[in-house]
Amino acid sequence: MPAISTASLPDIVFMLLFFFMVATVMRDSTLMVANTLPAADQVQKLDKKDRVMYIYAGKPSDRYQDKFGTQPKIQLNDKFATVADVGAFILAERASKRQELQNVLTTALKVDGETNMGLITDIKQELRKVNALKINYTTRNGDYMQNLK
Amino acid sequence: MAKRSAPEVNAGSMADIAFLLLIFFLVTTTIETDSGLNRKLPPMEDVVDPPIIKERNIFTVVVNKNNDLLVEEKPMDISELREAAVAFLDNGGGKGEDACDFCQGARDKASSDNPEKAVISLKNDRETDYKVYIAVQNELVAAYNVLRNREFARLNPNLGLSFVEADRRYSDPRTSTSEKEALKPKLAEVKLLFPQKLSEAEPSKTN
Repeated sequence: MPAISTASLPDIVFMLLFFFMVATVMRDSTLMVANTLPAADQVQKLDKKDRVMYIYAGKPSDRYQDKFGTQPKIQLNDKFATVADVGAFILAERASKRQELQNVLTTALKVDGETNMGLITDIKQELRKVNALKINYTTRNGDYMQNLK
Repeated sequence: MAKRSAPEVNAGSMADIAFLLLIFFLVTTTIETDSGLNRKLPPMEDVVDPPIIKERNIFTVVVNKNNDLLVEEKPMDISELREAAVAFLDNGGGKGEDACDFCQGARDKASSDNPEKAVISLKNDRETDYKVYIAVQNELVAAYNVLRNREFARLNPNLGLSFVEADRRYSDPRTSTSEKEALKPKLAEVKLLFPQKLSEAEPSKTN
């Protein structure tokens, strides 16, 4: 019996590879802040990745603590930012999206559980000023009592 | 001139290279979906004169910097918050045109008139922990969902879904458009019965 030709094996593998390269469009910004999200159970999924803008906040992770201190900070894309930069960031993100999506964008606040509300309130105030009113407090899926230990 | 064909490159290792790249991508990327509490912030231009709301129609929740809860001026444990909020929203103490015929609460005159007038006001300190804030938000949203589930099941017994499940199906990109069209007015109806009137005040800064 003639041996099965394996000449097309690389082609199959390349197809799988291209699938993964396309399906996981990763704007993978390295997280420079500690980010243990709190738990909640009344959650809804955030699956429309192209309609979400991410704002991270928390204490800088150990590697950055000597340079940036231990106070909670905001991280936008790959850099630390102050509260005043949030407005400009939202407008820039909104401008980079397609016309039809510009009014249905959600801002995902991925904030560490130990952060103080003062910073969060400032962020929310900036979001209100740029009319980014749809927000999502990103959490793990779990019982809310875990937050209180 | 005799041209010799260039020696063929052995393509046997192409598959290995492709596998390596594939494993690299599988390991370094994720298709994770986040989930969280969806909220809407109030727009910036406030109403010129906030309408006068009767004190019985407001449910005050205050969280201080020690993460203690003060509900309607009395300290309360967070495990009781959901029940207290449900009792407040479902009270239906109003008479005449403010009466609420679907409310199943105690009809206490000192508590809310009907769910449309009932406002929950949340105030936190700048030093409150974010996770406690999320726990409180979770419980308040849960209170609304409990009541909305009940009303949805009462108005649409044939569907066998709760409000939360119906809402999830409505937002799922996999549901058919016809099903979404059918669900939309039913969801809107229940949202009108129990509107989410959750107001957040400017946080205080206690030293």
